[in-house]
Amino acid sequence: MASEHGPQSAGEYIGHHLTNLRVGEGFWTFNLDTIIMGWITGIIAIGAFYLIARKATTGVPGRVQGFIELIVEFVDETVKGVFPGDRKFLAPLALTIFVWVFMMNLMDLLPIDWVAKVTETGGLHNWKPVPTTDLNTTFAMSLTIFLLTIFFSLKAKGAGGFVHELFTAPFGGHPVLWIPNLVLNIIEYLAKPVSLAMRLFGNMYAGELIFMLLGLLGTIAATNSAGGLMAGAAAGVLYWGWAVFHILIILLQAFIFMVLSCVYIAMAHEHH
Amino acid sequence: MNINATLFVQALSFAALIWFTVKFVWPMITTAMDERARRISDGLAAAEAGRQSLERSAKEVNVAINDARSRAAEIVAQAEKRGAQLVEEAKAAGRAEADRERAAAKAEIEQEIARAREELRAQVASLVVSGAEKILRREVDSRAHADMLDAIKQQL
Repeated sequence: MASEHGPQSAGEYIGHHLTNLRVGEGFWTFNLDTIIMGWITGIIAIGAFYLIARKATTGVPGRVQGFIELIVEFVDETVKGVFPGDRKFLAPLALTIFVWVFMMNLMDLLPIDWVAKVTETGGLHNWKPVPTTDLNTTFAMSLTIFLLTIFFSLKAKGAGGFVHELFTAPFGGHPVLWIPNLVLNIIEYLAKPVSLAMRLFGNMYAGELIFMLLGLLGTIAATNSAGGLMAGAAAGVLYWGWAVFHILIILLQAFIFMVLSCVYIAMAHEHH
Repeated sequence: MNINATLFVQALSFAALIWFTVKFVWPMITTAMDERARRISDGLAAAEAGRQSLERSAKEVNVAINDARSRAAEIVAQAEKRGAQLVEEAKAAGRAEADRERAAAKAEIEQEIARAREELRAQVASLVVSGAEKILRREVDSRAHADMLDAIKQQL
């Protein structure tokens, strides 16, 4: 626990937990914790699917394969509801988003001070275990979705159709309306990735922050002998309660991110 | 808000994960699932076909049994008819044989009677002739009257 290094203010505790492990200068800074945790969670999530898929039997599936197939079926059905066309690309994309975001969010349930303890033992003094509490991750994903949206829009309508739609939708093709149309479309195109990224980031960041406040309550218990026991017990109970509630949030946020990504890409295929 | 180069790394990681899932994971799982769905539907279709063929062959069996039954009845009737016919034939043959034998016996009897009559006639004739000879011996030259006597013998 961070407090074991000596007296620490609440601000220091929070700041300590909110600082990424950085390498580099200025813009060319790499948040190593975000990157490495992203890789680990991605490899675990997609790797598990790959290992099961490689041994997938066409006969009676085992429980693990059944679970994997349940998720695949669920994602496939969800995508089918959003996008009626060919799902060869969109469905696996949705699956990737769903399981990866879920796994990254799941790191939130690791008790923050345990993670801090383990990484500090390894000599790393800042380690944020949840990549989705880093805007870089959520924006990386939402901008990738944004690029795919542009790509599919161009593919479905052609460059001419795409530009034509920028100026004529949603109000109409009258020349007076070209500028309002363009402005609105730019706002819409920007709002999609920003809202997608900010929603996931905001939810996870806020959840992480509440875990930190409850963890802070625990550190008070360790330093203040008078109200220590009470505060410690309260912190433990609240931490557990918030974690249970948080299971819902991390699943829901992964699902929302997946569905909205599919909706945006499906909208790119639509002609106005 | 600290956006930095991590963004690019994360985007690349994301792209790599998408590529891997699209290329390998998803096709593998869906292929297995589709293959299973196909096998299940095939199995159901085969079960349905089996049920129908069972029904059909049950019908065929019924037809065959009825056919066999009617043919057996026909054969039995024919055999009975044939038996009766044989009995009739045997009766008729027996009757004919009896008639024939009776006729033969009658003919034989008549033959015997005729022979006995002939013998009798011959004996009577010789008796008559010898009687007549004895009577005539004294007055008739047997040689002279031999022709006459023979004629008498013949007439008797």
